[in-house]
Amino acid sequence: MDIIICVKRIPMTQEVDLEIDDSGKDIKKDALAYVVNDWDNYAIEESVILKEKLGGTVTVITVGDEDDEDVLRRALAMGADKAIRIEPGELELDGFLISNILAQVIKGLEYDLVLTGVQADDDNFGMVGIMLAEKLGLAHSAVVTGFEAEGSEATINVELEGGLDEVSKIKLPALLSIQTGINEPRYVSIMGIRKAGKKELNVVKVEDIGLSDEELVRQTIIEEYFLPPETEGAEMIEGDPSNVAEAILRILKEKGVSV
Amino acid sequence: MGEILVVVEHRQGEVRDITFEMLFKAGELCKEFSHTLTAVVLGGKEEQFIDEVAKRSDNVIYYEDDRLKNFSADLYKEVLNGLIEETRPFITLIGHSSWGMDLAPSLSIKTGYPLATDCVDILIEDGHPKVIRQIYSGKVFSKMSFKESDGYIVTVRPGSFQPPETIEEKNGGVIKKDLPGDLPEMRKKFIEFIDSGAGDVDITQADLLVSVGRGIGEAENVQAMKELAERMGGVLACSRPVVDKNWLPKYYQVGTSGKSVKPKVYLAFGISGAFQHLAGITGAGTVIAINKDKKAPIFRVADYGVVDDLFKVADALKEQLKEG
Ligand SMILES: Cc1cc2nc3c(=O)[nH]c(=O)nc-3n(C[C@H](O)[C@H](O)[C@H](O)COP(=O)(O)OP(=O)(O)OC[C@H]3O[C@@H](n4cnc5c(N)ncnc54)[C@H](O)[C@@H]3O)c2cc1C
Ligand SMILES: Cc1cc2nc3c(=O)[nH]c(=O)nc-3n(C[C@H](O)[C@H](O)[C@H](O)COP(=O)(O)OP(=O)(O)OC[C@H]3O[C@@H](n4cnc5c(N)ncnc54)[C@H](O)[C@@H]3O)c2cc1C
Repeated sequence: MDIIICVKRIPMTQEVDLEIDDSGKDIKKDALAYVVNDWDNYAIEESVILKEKLGGTVTVITVGDEDDEDVLRRALAMGADKAIRIEPGELELDGFLISNILAQVIKGLEYDLVLTGVQADDDNFGMVGIMLAEKLGLAHSAVVTGFEAEGSEATINVELEGGLDEVSKIKLPALLSIQTGINEPRYVSIMGIRKAGKKELNVVKVEDIGLSDEELVRQTIIEEYFLPPETEGAEMIEGDPSNVAEAILRILKEKGVSV
Repeated sequence: MGEILVVVEHRQGEVRDITFEMLFKAGELCKEFSHTLTAVVLGGKEEQFIDEVAKRSDNVIYYEDDRLKNFSADLYKEVLNGLIEETRPFITLIGHSSWGMDLAPSLSIKTGYPLATDCVDILIEDGHPKVIRQIYSGKVFSKMSFKESDGYIVTVRPGSFQPPETIEEKNGGVIKKDLPGDLPEMRKKFIEFIDSGAGDVDITQADLLVSVGRGIGEAENVQAMKELAERMGGVLACSRPVVDKNWLPKYYQVGTSGKSVKPKVYLAFGISGAFQHLAGITGAGTVIAINKDKKAPIFRVADYGVVDDLFKVADALKEQLKEG
């Protein structure tokens, strides 16, 4: 089974005071550390599990700049065979445009399955995957938590709300957006990443993939970014941990919880 | 004026809450800007909920066919594309749910209408729709507009709009339609629903939940928090990453894809406050959040907040309980 998987590198923003930059349309990113999008990590693992079971190749793709190659190398270390980075240059991207670019490149490749994450943890649009499916004319499903191939079909699990799952049969080739928890992503060592440096990593420029200027126009426009209002919210309990613990136990008692 | 089209989400004969939330918001926009509110139902024969929808809409379009009993992105996309080509609605609203995430992006490509997903508010300024979104796990808000088009598609984050208990009834007329005859072959086939939620602990009945998130760090720490929960006479619960890592079974999970809980007190240790998690605790009496990050979004919805290392607070609680 030949599998293509789309990945994104995202900034880590937990425990960081984010600031809006001068443009008012982005955050200051220079001091942030980056990781692979958690959902994509599960998708990479799934593709490698399938390859190990059924044979075939895994190709990992990102639309991004040179620094984003980190996540491609990491995927190669996990077991992907080749990587493609599409350099967007100065192009202003949105989810629609990213799916346009990915579709144009993937069109020329051989595959039985395309995997994406359900969503990227930074902008959380949750749209690139299924837009890509529609452009490639593929059967698709979002929020997939199980996959079992049977010839030209597969049985899949889709996670719905409230602990309910939906079991379906889907025709291959298909595009699935992978949900966290579908597997246990393997550990990647620095050594492993270094070794994977020998694997094929191709860079293509967006102007060379054959999209017209018209096809390179975004559909959404950021007007502004702003920080949430500070006024609303929790009453903060101050003091050292023992004061805090005392206060919590007092609140429990007030609310009728017997400890 | 224009039309706002709401795609009704229903499952096993019941309308999902997100539908009422969208109808409410669409109703407000229609009132303010003199638009017409049309709800579109793709359902099986004689769905019982049509009246509930009609009360909240100017018109209901009901595609009635047993092939539409269960959701299918392929079918919905074909039918809605046909409808949209015919009526050119100004804004089409779809829920940002599992099904909505499968439908909206493909419908957007098919119709050519620009899409904004996971929106928490919708505005119309100078005749143009704008949306508010939350990004970076809710730490930043963004306002977004669209490339000029005659129609737009917006998916709405569940829980963003709170319809009032009593509504002004509209009593929209119901127009029944048949499925188009020339449908392409469906490539995905529904087989069954399965419940992944049952287990030997029921977090929905507890008065006190001690809930742990990714901040717990390692599997070993979960056991210590379980002991704390028991020592406090409460029950352990968790956010999704803890289940994803197999540190606890699924029936401990709180949130949209887990359980909705209603304890008197919900203690959240190391949980950032993603909307999918918060959706599960709207019924909680009091929420106390403990998080190292003073900007964690959970503090915006919690009643009480503690900015500190969760392990220090947990240890102090244990100490106090020993003494007491
Ligand atoms: C280098 C770069 C610069 C950008 N600059 C701007 C900017 O200046 N202004 C602005 O408004 N927006 C910008 N964007 C776009 C924005 O950050 C989002 O990537 C875009 O809106 C898509 O939304 P999302 O990431 O939430 O994708 P989602 O739809 O949530 O992602 C779902 C899945 O799609 C796949 N995917 C997503 N992105 C990529 C990708 N780049 N390559 C391969 N697969 C992918 C992954 O599998 C992911 O799990 C930029 C993006 C990139 C990559
Ligand atoms: C379709 C879908 C369905 C989903 N359903 C659910 C669901 O049902 N339930 C759910 O929970 N999520 C769900 N999610 C995932 C959700 O989007 C978030 O990813 C998740 O809730 C994050 O969990 P968290 O807060 O534990 O982790 P994180 O967001 O990683 O937050 C961890 C927090 O711990 C804090 N922390 C770290 N160390 C410490 C310490 N030592 N002391 C104190 N604080 C510390 C950090 O500051 C951070 O705020 C769903 C996502 C999707 C796409």
